[in-house]
Amino acid sequence: MPGCTLKTKARNFETTTLGLLEALDVRVHELPDWYCCGTTYSLASDNLIMHLGPIRTLLKAKEAGRPELLVLCAMCYNTLRRAQALVLADPEKRDKINAFMYDEEVDFQGGEVRVVHLLELLKERVGFEALRDRLVRQAGELKIAPYYGCMLLRPREIAIDPSSEDPSIMEELFGACGVQSVYFPFKTECCGSYQTVNEKPIVVSRARAIAASAVKNGADLIVTSCPLCHFNLDFYQKQIQEATPGFRTIPVLYISQILALLAGQEEANDFSLHAVDPRPVLRERGLLG
Amino acid sequence: MRIELSRQALLSELREQVKDLSEQNLLACYQCGKCSAGCPSIEAMDVMPSQIIRWVQLGQIEKALQTKTIWLCAACQTCKVRCPRGVDLARIMEALRQLVLRDNVDYMHPNRIPAEDLEELPQIALIANFRKMTP
Repeated sequence: MPGCTLKTKARNFETTTLGLLEALDVRVHELPDWYCCGTTYSLASDNLIMHLGPIRTLLKAKEAGRPELLVLCAMCYNTLRRAQALVLADPEKRDKINAFMYDEEVDFQGGEVRVVHLLELLKERVGFEALRDRLVRQAGELKIAPYYGCMLLRPREIAIDPSSEDPSIMEELFGACGVQSVYFPFKTECCGSYQTVNEKPIVVSRARAIAASAVKNGADLIVTSCPLCHFNLDFYQKQIQEATPGFRTIPVLYISQILALLAGQEEANDFSLHAVDPRPVLRERGLLG
Repeated sequence: MRIELSRQALLSELREQVKDLSEQNLLACYQCGKCSAGCPSIEAMDVMPSQIIRWVQLGQIEKALQTKTIWLCAACQTCKVRCPRGVDLARIMEALRQLVLRDNVDYMHPNRIPAEDLEELPQIALIANFRKMTP
């Protein structure tokens, strides 16, 4: 289970997931020496060096005898799946990439390790019904806006849902757990991604539109699985509120944070990592004591 | 905008490089504009994404390289999944960025990031940004 931001800004995502999986009797082991995935997949035909990180991580999973690699971060999911698809489709590039792996004893052929996102694990291995049976709290009137962003859905070849434009895996998951999802036309719109570093106005504008759509459609929370979407949607809301009369802030939580609360694991959530405090609305909806 | 067409531009080395780096059929685009209609960064762009590919088709690579647009594409791939002609415009944007960066140009420099931003930004944002904006 790799992911750099899961150790810092997105600690909540990792701790609540680990607690939840323990409650579901799913045993996971962190890969001892995973590499940075590069976060954004290189799109230039000859830039193979950019694929070494993800492929090396897959190779390490193969060496460790792990046929499945669980990922939480949507950016890890995207780069790992696409680098794997490249190696599978192009033997010449596969051989060139493997030629860089001089410290590793085995090669990576492409199909030895399956990259599994948390949503896929919950759907295919645990099962939404079985997950519901482990929950101890009712979601009551809680309404969420499921936000997919880009990296779980595009390009189509690696999408976790049959539809890149109107996915429903999160609605199915939360629906099975008794949580209502609202109509949310911005659920697959880009948050502005890494433009948050030097083109902030783009991201602020995206965050305003996405958050406003969730609020307008009656959501209490936005739910995501991408640490970069989380940052972009959460962090800028305070300044948007100051600049935009009538703008209402909305907390942004990871999938696993809500599920952990429903499973009765309050302590796994560290709400100090949120810019928009989710505690008031969670208390109001009876999910937090 | 006035563009002077020439056989030389259409057969230029730069245009060939864009084609090779992006692995796209540049002539597939028929200018429907769907990419521009759905682009999340368009309000900040100086030239529309559909104009960029038109310029590339016509061999006007130097003009495309001078736009802000190529740096604002965040490779979200919305245009790719919607393109009725199967063009991956994000790859063309990447090829254009690479043509600039491969002259050893840093479009972004770490010194330009304010200290308070470094405190707040998650590392995935910084890594992605430097991957796309430095050689």
